[in-house]
Amino acid sequence: MNYEQLKEKALVDWRNFSNPDTARILIGTGTCGLAAGAGDLIDIIKDYVRKRHVDAQVCDTGCLGLCYAEPLVELRKPGAPAILFGRLNPENITECLENYFENNKWDDPNALAIMEGDSINSIPYFRDLPMIRGQVRIASRNFGIINPENINHYIARDGYAGLAKSLKLSHEDVITEVKASGLRGRGGAGFPTGIKWEFCRNAPGNKKYMICNGDEGDPGAFMDRSVLESDPHAVIEGMTIAAYAIGADEGYIYVRAEYPLAIKRLEKAIKDALDMNLVGKSILGSKFSFDIHIKKGAGAFVCGEETALIASIEGKRGMPKSRPPFPAQSGLFNKPSNINNVETLANIPFILRNGSSEFAENGTEKSRGTKTFALTGRITRTGLIEVPLGITLREIIFDIGGGIPDGKKFKAVQTGGPSGGCIPCDLLDLPVDYEKLAEAGAIMGSGGMVVMDESTCMVDIARYFISFTQSESCGKCVPCRLGTRQMMLILDSITRGDAKVDDINLLIELGETIRLGSLCGLGQTAPNPVLTTIKYYKDEYEQHIINRICPAGSCSNLLTYEIDKKKCIGCTACAKACPVDAISGKPKEVHAIDQEECTRCGSCFDVCKFEAVKKS
Amino acid sequence: MITVTIDGKTIEAAEGSTIIAAAEAVGIYIPHLCHSDGFAPYGACRMCIVEVEGMRGLPTACTIKVADGMVVRNDCDKVNKVRRMICEMLVADHPLTCLTCMANMRCGLQKVASYLGIQESRLKRLEREPVVDESNPFYIRDMSKCIMCGLCVRSCNELRSIGAIDIAGRGYESRIAAFNDAPIADSPCVSCGECVDNCPVSALWAKNETVPPDTETRTICPYCGCGCGLVLGTRSGKIVSIRGDKTNPASHGSLCVKGRFGLDFVGDETRLTRPLIRRKGKLEEADWEEALSLIVDRIGIIKKQHGPDALAGFSSAKCTNEENYVFQKFVRAAIGTNNVDHCARLCHASTVAGLARAFGSGAMTNSMDELENADCILVTGSNTTEAHPIIGMKIMNAVKSGKTKLIVADPRRIDLVEFSELHIRQRSGTDVALFNAMMNVIISEELYDKEFVLARTEDFDVLRDCVKDCTPDWAEQITGIPAEDIRASARLYATAERGSIVYSMGITQHTTGTDNVLALANLSMLTGNIGRLSTGVNPLRGQNNVQGACDLGALPNVYTGYQKVDDPDIQKKFEQAWGVKLSSQAGLTITEIINGAADGRIKGLYIMGENPMLSDPNINHVREALNKLDFLIVQDIFLTETAELADVVLPAASFAEKDGTFTSTERRVQRVRSAVPAPGEARQDWEIICDVATRLGFDMSYSHPVEIMDEIASVTPIYGGISFDRIEKIGLQWPCPDKKHEGTMFLHEGTFKRGRGKFHPTPFIEAKEIPDKEYPLLLTTGRYLYHFHTRTMTGRSKGLEELCPPVPVEIHPDDAVKFGVKDGDNVEIKSRRGEIKATAKVTERSRKGSVFIAFHFREGPANALTIDATDPVAKIPEYKVCAVNLHVS
Repeated sequence: MNYEQLKEKALVDWRNFSNPDTARILIGTGTCGLAAGAGDLIDIIKDYVRKRHVDAQVCDTGCLGLCYAEPLVELRKPGAPAILFGRLNPENITECLENYFENNKWDDPNALAIMEGDSINSIPYFRDLPMIRGQVRIASRNFGIINPENINHYIARDGYAGLAKSLKLSHEDVITEVKASGLRGRGGAGFPTGIKWEFCRNAPGNKKYMICNGDEGDPGAFMDRSVLESDPHAVIEGMTIAAYAIGADEGYIYVRAEYPLAIKRLEKAIKDALDMNLVGKSILGSKFSFDIHIKKGAGAFVCGEETALIASIEGKRGMPKSRPPFPAQSGLFNKPSNINNVETLANIPFILRNGSSEFAENGTEKSRGTKTFALTGRITRTGLIEVPLGITLREIIFDIGGGIPDGKKFKAVQTGGPSGGCIPCDLLDLPVDYEKLAEAGAIMGSGGMVVMDESTCMVDIARYFISFTQSESCGKCVPCRLGTRQMMLILDSITRGDAKVDDINLLIELGETIRLGSLCGLGQTAPNPVLTTIKYYKDEYEQHIINRICPAGSCSNLLTYEIDKKKCIGCTACAKACPVDAISGKPKEVHAIDQEECTRCGSCFDVCKFEAVKKS
Repeated sequence: MITVTIDGKTIEAAEGSTIIAAAEAVGIYIPHLCHSDGFAPYGACRMCIVEVEGMRGLPTACTIKVADGMVVRNDCDKVNKVRRMICEMLVADHPLTCLTCMANMRCGLQKVASYLGIQESRLKRLEREPVVDESNPFYIRDMSKCIMCGLCVRSCNELRSIGAIDIAGRGYESRIAAFNDAPIADSPCVSCGECVDNCPVSALWAKNETVPPDTETRTICPYCGCGCGLVLGTRSGKIVSIRGDKTNPASHGSLCVKGRFGLDFVGDETRLTRPLIRRKGKLEEADWEEALSLIVDRIGIIKKQHGPDALAGFSSAKCTNEENYVFQKFVRAAIGTNNVDHCARLCHASTVAGLARAFGSGAMTNSMDELENADCILVTGSNTTEAHPIIGMKIMNAVKSGKTKLIVADPRRIDLVEFSELHIRQRSGTDVALFNAMMNVIISEELYDKEFVLARTEDFDVLRDCVKDCTPDWAEQITGIPAEDIRASARLYATAERGSIVYSMGITQHTTGTDNVLALANLSMLTGNIGRLSTGVNPLRGQNNVQGACDLGALPNVYTGYQKVDDPDIQKKFEQAWGVKLSSQAGLTITEIINGAADGRIKGLYIMGENPMLSDPNINHVREALNKLDFLIVQDIFLTETAELADVVLPAASFAEKDGTFTSTERRVQRVRSAVPAPGEARQDWEIICDVATRLGFDMSYSHPVEIMDEIASVTPIYGGISFDRIEKIGLQWPCPDKKHEGTMFLHEGTFKRGRGKFHPTPFIEAKEIPDKEYPLLLTTGRYLYHFHTRTMTGRSKGLEELCPPVPVEIHPDDAVKFGVKDGDNVEIKSRRGEIKATAKVTERSRKGSVFIAFHFREGPANALTIDATDPVAKIPEYKVCAVNLHVS
């Protein structure tokens, strides 16, 4: 079957699924949805449909990106608008279903947005949601729209058209198109994808490998997981196009074993694509063949580094190697290999299908296209977003993310995970592109974006990230293995209040040494969270060291707890809660804390109902 | 050569070398910890970071290759500042117990810290618990001293393909560990000590190395035939350290457990230090004069009464070339008989006979290093990793590189099977059937090299007729190998661009030994896999100088360089050279001499450095024979089982106490150098033999082995170009006919030694004694890694004894059930010739229906069981097949 025939067939399936004249219940069952309880809802929904004889198909879909409102369910029936409901749970789901299907009552408190159909006063259209309005969805265009386990849905929405088109082009023309798009690696370093392909294409050798890097390891990052769970065929198509371009006949998708759903959906997707001859032997009747294997990673952060990932596929311990030789020259099993990140590959079908110029319409001169971010931390609307590059941090955090909750003040945003840096309030208008973020001392990274408010201690944040890298260091090179350890020990002592002023300089010197001396990119960038926090929040460090004060009130060793004599009524709750009996006082009399005994655990603060325990 | 500038100094560098190698070559020091010659670039310690003009950041000198015009800054502030902080990190994580550390003054970290001028570390000391693993008998692992340079792991994995250790854990918890953090003794470690040799600090340390040496002497290992280079560190006349010689062209610095840790025998208290004479049935100490007079008298009497052919000598594959030359000259010229032989009779007589017939020369055709570039290696009848560890290592590395496919044709599931594409498991003694069937496939599928067969060989018709009915199905019935595996093996070997055959005793020690060898020669010629790089038929020689002993004429039918004794021109040449009349009649072989002693034809026997009382088949028969002799002289370094029967025992010097040459299995003649004085009154073998000969009236006097080698070169065409001067640094491979010849890496290029290669028919014949109702199990014998031969040397090493105590008998689990044997049971094994006790080791290494016993152990000598049936051509005994019974004690 050629592509047009495949698409004809797929459209039948898709129309059946998306027909507004049928009833349908769509449940977001990505890991995010499942974690929020979507699994429980499925049973209730199925039960409801059966018992109430509602003639609706119940389907899984991927992640719409509105994590703050998970679990999400979209309801549709003939003659009514399709409505997205959020924050559902076993208690409110039945009422929600009844209102929609039986009572024709739309203004359920859980209704979030209208997906299709006529407008209703109180409910905005999905595209008008503040979280959605600023987004441009390319890599995530199918998220929450299709059933990721149904290849026909993907094909019906022009999936594999990019591949079909590529196969009619020369290898070089495919590379030229990708180069023209300006697409840069979405894994973090931002190397131009087309040039990377060209290196591998030009490397001598008959056997080459195409590898997809799905070893997403940054704390708080879940972009790749969402792509793999919500639209696995986009990655497979992108990978197959890349393999065609570089001349590879075998590929690996390296994905964390902690992503079981992603693996399950990938396995299904590869099988379906094989059955339809979209991968495997003589793809779509061409001379090009490409087999894909899945390699499950064992959860080492460093395996996200290209050469360590290759070692891991080869069955060796995941440790980076010095370059040169680059993987494009001698990679997997010593053959020329090309590695691209999941999101990078998910952009490829669009570029080939719609052309490089349409892709390049978004973004800045040097950073074209869109980028997904996992928006987390102290922010009102957490979720997965895709925005045009060049957008400012302020737009992301305040317009899309809805700002800081609980009336607190914004303090910093951490981008790029453990390799990234903390960007302060002054730089909120920084356009998000590869160069600008680097200038600020951070990096684009794979898309983790952690927002912090005034209650976050920047020394503690630095300590958190460095303790992550020091425990995830592969141990091969000295600066990363021992230098991060030393930095962590110093940061420990600062947060405990027993550091010296000179330690800040030592931290900087250690950081510079690790940056200059480490073997791989992970080591070289490991000091970034420390160096940027020293750069932007040096006073906070000094406060810890000189005045033994944690301005954010977060470092427990530097806190003192005192009882406000005016507020204490002598309820004895604090004395009962104190694990070391540091609080004395008779019932109905004012209590007092013995500062010598106090371990600053905060139990008294937590239990006092009269705000009589003061933290300072 | 290209030019590179380092710190303003312009140097010449070899293209393709790394910056650090180029700098080292001209004596510029770039600090480093994880870099070492012979290892792939690693780039972990970051000490060798440099600035390179035009390159970003600080690249490492150990990973970056030089380019013409490159400008490098090494000893500059910018670089040293970073290095210093990195070094401080290491110092903060390393015990500062330098004065009481074995590596003091030799420590890599000390050197780097001193170069960088580290005074104190500003960093927090990371106190680690000392984790000392002393489970290995030879070395200590103290991980609190480890700097994680990874050289041990790379030694174990990259160089040795063992994989006993790797890096475990992450971050600060990263550590070198055996699987599951088990003690190293519970890992697959083979105690080769490569890791110990390469550790730059003292995280790994040889237990017996307690003081540094004051002198180092380059010599050759005295164990198997690999010919590995040793560096013996000595002080006050004792060996205090042992290292691999990185300049050795075959071993490149590698050694096995025996070479690196098993030289205790040299300084052993039980070494013979004075001559012994049997008086009233007891051996008593005597002086040299008395012992030599007695020998001369008794030899004289026997010669006078019974003629020279009533006397015989066993020369030694452990002695030098010069000593073997002197010994055979003594037997031939001073006594006047060709009755001289040595243990090659028991190992590769069939190789010499078979390959000489097929090709014209009976030695390993190619070189050890060539194995690493073969496309296919067929290993048969060789437990390479145990008996020839360094060659085994090359085979494993070849397979691991991805270039080489390995076929193991062996009844036992040897360690190499792990690396093989195919393991075909023939019943012992059916090798010819297997090889004939492979050739049947190759011919019927037209996979043979027609051009080669036509241009280079003769009698192809004879071969084709011989194998035409030997179909794989036929062979399956005989060998027990599935026909499809035989076909697959044939195809794999035949279609390889470079196919190499490696074999050893499993092929030669059969009553069909010569046929086995001929069949392999046929196989190589049929496929054109001979006379080219990385091809050939490669018999692995089992003794340090068994190749040399053969080359130097310690054989009854040939003088040096395989010149036949019954060739009148040759006889004339040697008569002229030696100035004496010589016998034209070929002498007796070892097995014939023993039989001759038993039936009274042989009256006197001179044994130099051999121990037939353990090494020869059917030793009950050997004992009877030796006891019947009128006079037995044994010259050895220990009072061996054989020496105990002697009339006179002469104390000899060991390899570490003598100068001369050994010829390794790859025909490489290498220098052996005296590192320590011989104990007591012990003398070098050649000196003793010369003395005896001179006293017998045949003047033999040399001032130094260098003179003997010059004489060898003058009468031996294949050694014609060899002299001590020429092999001072690197040994030469024979044939080396003249002083300008560079030696020969592989034989038979363009033409065979004999002209055309000759195909010989090799019809299948069963072994002499196969299992029956009374003796239902097949016994096959061999060696273990941790012991050598009759354990005379290795038995003196406590560590080797600990790793391999006597006497295991390997039995297949199914047979164990059948015979009611459990692992660890004491069992008795009986053949028609004898009975021994052993400990059952139930393992699938053994083929069903077969048991395996190594022949090392006097506590349970396998050769009390073996049969003394011999190959009709080569007279080699059938050590590999006999029938036994077994029951629990």
